[in-house]
Amino acid sequence: MHAIADAFVLAVKMIFTGDAEVYSITARTLAISLSSTLIGALLFVPLGCLIYFNNFRGKRLLISIIQTCYSIPTVFVGLLVFLVFSRAGPLGFFGILFTPQVMVIGQVVLISAIVTGLTISALSGVSPAIRETAVSLGASRLQSVWAVLKEARFAVLTAVLVGFGRAISEVGLALMVGGNIRGYTRVLTTAISLETGKGEIALSLALGFILVTLALIVTVLANRFLMAKEVNVAQSRASAS
Amino acid sequence: MLKVEHLHHNYGKAEILKDISLGVERGEVFVTIGPTGSGKTTLLRLLGLLEKPTSGYIYFDGYRVNNSERQKLEIRRRMAMVSQKPTVFNASVFDNVAYGLKVRKENGAGMCRKVINALETVGLSGYEKRDARTLSGGETQRVALARAMVIEPELLLLDEPTANLDPVSTSHIENLVTDVIKRSSVTVMMSTHDMFQGQRLADRIGILIGGEMPQTGNAREIFNAPQSRKIAEFVGVENMLGGVIASNEEGLVTVDVGGVKVEALSKLNVGTGICACIRPEEITLVKTKESTSARNTFSGEITRIVLFGPFARVEMYCGFPLVSLITKKSAEEMNLQTGERIYASFKATGVHIIKK
Repeated sequence: MHAIADAFVLAVKMIFTGDAEVYSITARTLAISLSSTLIGALLFVPLGCLIYFNNFRGKRLLISIIQTCYSIPTVFVGLLVFLVFSRAGPLGFFGILFTPQVMVIGQVVLISAIVTGLTISALSGVSPAIRETAVSLGASRLQSVWAVLKEARFAVLTAVLVGFGRAISEVGLALMVGGNIRGYTRVLTTAISLETGKGEIALSLALGFILVTLALIVTVLANRFLMAKEVNVAQSRASAS
Repeated sequence: MLKVEHLHHNYGKAEILKDISLGVERGEVFVTIGPTGSGKTTLLRLLGLLEKPTSGYIYFDGYRVNNSERQKLEIRRRMAMVSQKPTVFNASVFDNVAYGLKVRKENGAGMCRKVINALETVGLSGYEKRDARTLSGGETQRVALARAMVIEPELLLLDEPTANLDPVSTSHIENLVTDVIKRSSVTVMMSTHDMFQGQRLADRIGILIGGEMPQTGNAREIFNAPQSRKIAEFVGVENMLGGVIASNEEGLVTVDVGGVKVEALSKLNVGTGICACIRPEEITLVKTKESTSARNTFSGEITRIVLFGPFARVEMYCGFPLVSLITKKSAEEMNLQTGERIYASFKATGVHIIKK
């Protein structure tokens, strides 16, 4: 218990005394994870829609495969990305191994199945009558898909947040393709791993607290954004009247 | 405005609609009446282009609906549909009503004005900010009606809009629909299982039974001259007497109903097996046999009296069962009692003859 309490105090101290390295690691962690989540959302929410709204042979099998990939180990994705971007790999000519860019790419791959699969689940939860109502009121195909997506907005946001959670908390991939280079590719999880290896348990725990706090802040902000947008829309309509 | 030719629709092996053909003129109110499960909703869904018919053609404003999504969207944007259990979007009442305008790229002050007016018309002013999912059944139906009317459709499809509502909300929605019909030149295609609602609102009625539409016509034709026993049963003809035409003198026929003679008007020949339909409200009751212009008067014994609302339903046996519908006030004034003998009379013109 002492160790945890000490770590908590240390975490608070590091945040408030402005430890430059902690700040830079935290900022980098946030930048990489948010980038990969944003790119992942832009790619895989539409992909989830595409799969959900189209009927094709093997759709069920595809969804099962996607769901199976939820639990794909991060080190396995790390290994694949490493092989692809290593000097001898097919995309080795980019020369981006051990850079934040390749970490973002790796995390995008990592969250692809979760965001796609949970988007499909989110859309499945919306009554088919919603799309039909939209169509009967003159919506085009795309507009009707948007109507369903809006209905499922909280569940879709959850899909994206789960993706963010997986991206910010993974360590295997960041280590393998990022290399944990100080000041360049070191993120909170790789720092925790390193410090634990060095026996700096209190520092590791403190970094862990910061990581959890970061995830909490992003989740709360995302939810508040969605709520605020909803209230704003209603208020602006009402004031327009 | 709307024409349907040989429309068939199946769900799997079940044949839901069988060879439906009909036409609806611009500005006309056409009501499809049929029992639950007769295919009314399916017909409206096909007309609303939400489903593709198994076979047959739909023409909208002279154009045949084809498989082009673009054409379907263009046609859909000229119509609106209200279903019996409307779905509202997880948004404010304002946004729900505005939806049809937004997808048509109408925005700004004009759009706001239209939505506010529509909400005022349906009596929901002040509800703009309310979450649409928190409304009662009647309010939801009014939002659905406002949402459909705000886009000023040429064709309004109403699928049993009052099926799940209490009497007060039903009357409110009916008044709104009547108001909308009066104020605009909208063509309305509506379905209901309530024949009296159909009678109140329709210019023309189509009877849909078991996926077929055996008869269309105005309310008088449908209710007084049903073309088959099935239709007669559905439109509330409770007295159906099977018999044979015994004589025909220039259209005035005598029907032999198990030894009892009933006079009616028909062109059918002597010897034809028929069913004589007499609506309960055509039968008047008197306690003593008095001179009357009615061609048919029968003495019988009252077997049951059922009061409902302002009416009394009197069942009697005159050698054949007969049901009469009179006002509750008349029944009280005559002091009718079960077991009492009474005279039932009806005119020859009150009998509708259906060939068996």
